[in-house]
Amino acid sequence: MRPDLDVVAGLVPPGSRVLDLGCGDGTLLEHLMRDRGCAGMGVEIRADDVLGCIERGVPVIESDIDEGLADFGDGTFDLVVLSQTLQATRHPLEVLREVMRVGREGIVSIPNFGHWRLRADLVFRGRMPSSPALPHAWYDTPNIHLATIADLERLFARERIAVRRRVLLSLDGRPLRGPGAAWANLIAAGAAYALARS
Amino acid sequence: MATATESAAGSVGLVGTTRVVLFDEASPLVLDSGATVAPVEVAYETYGKLDARGANAVFICHALTGDAHAAGHHGDPTHRGWWDNLIGPGKPLDTESYFVVCANLLGGCQGTTGPSSPDPVTGRPYGLRFPLFTVSDLVRVHRALARHLGIERLLAAIGGSLGGMQALQWAIDAPEELATAIPVCASARLSAQNIAFSAVAREAIMRDPDFADGDYYDTGRRPDVGLSVARMMAHITYLSERGMGEKFGRRIQGGDEPRFGLEVDFQVESYLQYQGESFLKRFDANSYLYLSRVMDYFDPFPDPGEAARRLADVHTRFLVLSFDTDWRFDTAHSREIVRTLIANDVPVTFREIASPHGHDSFLLAVPEYHRTIAAFLRRAYRDATGR
Repeated sequence: MRPDLDVVAGLVPPGSRVLDLGCGDGTLLEHLMRDRGCAGMGVEIRADDVLGCIERGVPVIESDIDEGLADFGDGTFDLVVLSQTLQATRHPLEVLREVMRVGREGIVSIPNFGHWRLRADLVFRGRMPSSPALPHAWYDTPNIHLATIADLERLFARERIAVRRRVLLSLDGRPLRGPGAAWANLIAAGAAYALARS
Repeated sequence: MATATESAAGSVGLVGTTRVVLFDEASPLVLDSGATVAPVEVAYETYGKLDARGANAVFICHALTGDAHAAGHHGDPTHRGWWDNLIGPGKPLDTESYFVVCANLLGGCQGTTGPSSPDPVTGRPYGLRFPLFTVSDLVRVHRALARHLGIERLLAAIGGSLGGMQALQWAIDAPEELATAIPVCASARLSAQNIAFSAVAREAIMRDPDFADGDYYDTGRRPDVGLSVARMMAHITYLSERGMGEKFGRRIQGGDEPRFGLEVDFQVESYLQYQGESFLKRFDANSYLYLSRVMDYFDPFPDPGEAARRLADVHTRFLVLSFDTDWRFDTAHSREIVRTLIANDVPVTFREIASPHGHDSFLLAVPEYHRTIAAFLRRAYRDATGR
């Protein structure tokens, strides 16, 4: 499993009822269902990934999360996961609100656009930033709403979403040890947040 | 991933329909209404072999006008069963792995007891004296057949339209008998428009002067006009505007220039007329009345509380499918089923499949549709058998 998915999995209490938005081929959910006693369900829009979920025995709804989550009632899930997906949505704020409506808690992870390498790309090379976490060229990237850790945390505060835990991620998606909070937005390549309504 | 295509996959070949009496005077079929029916004979076909553990059975639930002959042929290889593109070696319902069962519905007219069968009290056909039944009653008869065949737990119940309603009802009535349920372009509650179409079809039959209150069997006449009009109208609802446009457009039958008359002129008219007439050879008007009516009353989730009660013990895994151009039971119908299942913690997978062919798509070899069913069943089979 991708290291950043390991981090997300580590934030999921065993036995939870989990909805994974943009669940890809169901790798994370399969792990949570098989090894952590979770009841899982995914939402995915890419047909090949939907079939991947089906082959893994992961229940999946083929749907566009930008169209809203009308299939899911308030508080239907213990936890809603939005892993490296928020930046690819057309309406990130609406999606974030839907996460916190459908789940009693949320886990959101993003690539950090404030990472020093990305800043350097723009400042010194005068080029649109790219990195292992953001490998696409500007003209074909699915990542249309990039944000920094600082941006996202301001949005959480404005939306009265409480951050229960934050795990900073390195370039290879593993937990980042060391940097103080003050440097996080410069040094972390991404972050995963355990969220609750406040 | 194995992709089943018609060219690459095989046929189950020559098959036959079997009949068995599942309920008799000593142990009649007791319907939801309390009415009883005996004897109940069921016509069915099977393809493939039931494995030693009885864990590989897939039950096909047919739609309004289907029959037990789902796959293979009865002697003429050019005339295949109605779901032959789905069932057979290497096809999504792979008969190398699965034991596939298909039975004619209760109330039908193709081998299973229905309004055209003799009423043992009078010795004459039941006609409208046949009791009204529910989707649950249809499932009750399927379950008796499964028991008769030595199946304790099905790998899947699958069906389109009315067939999907049976798969859903089966999971509600006996979840322990069903590992998975695959309702395709089904509905858990017909809309006013759906009921209206069915109502007009029934009116066409019942207002036919030869209907004779359903007792037409020994008059030497049948409500053929009514039944064929019912079929023609229903057939329009099975296709999409786009599909009909691509197939017929405004083309003229047997010529280039319109004849400017009231007789059949456009190709689409000729097609519908053919559909209506060929239907008469294989279908009984009273069966049409009963089997269309059973859909109108189907309402397994009348309110959230009742849905919660009925789904409380359901662990059957669902695959719900719809088609984007289906307007008979459009995607909203399937999504409503999905929502109810999600709200009650029932595992469900849902896809809306792109296909230009409307409601009829469930009968056609739409590649993405077949791929999805194949993958879902393969996984269920692995979970059930460890293979």
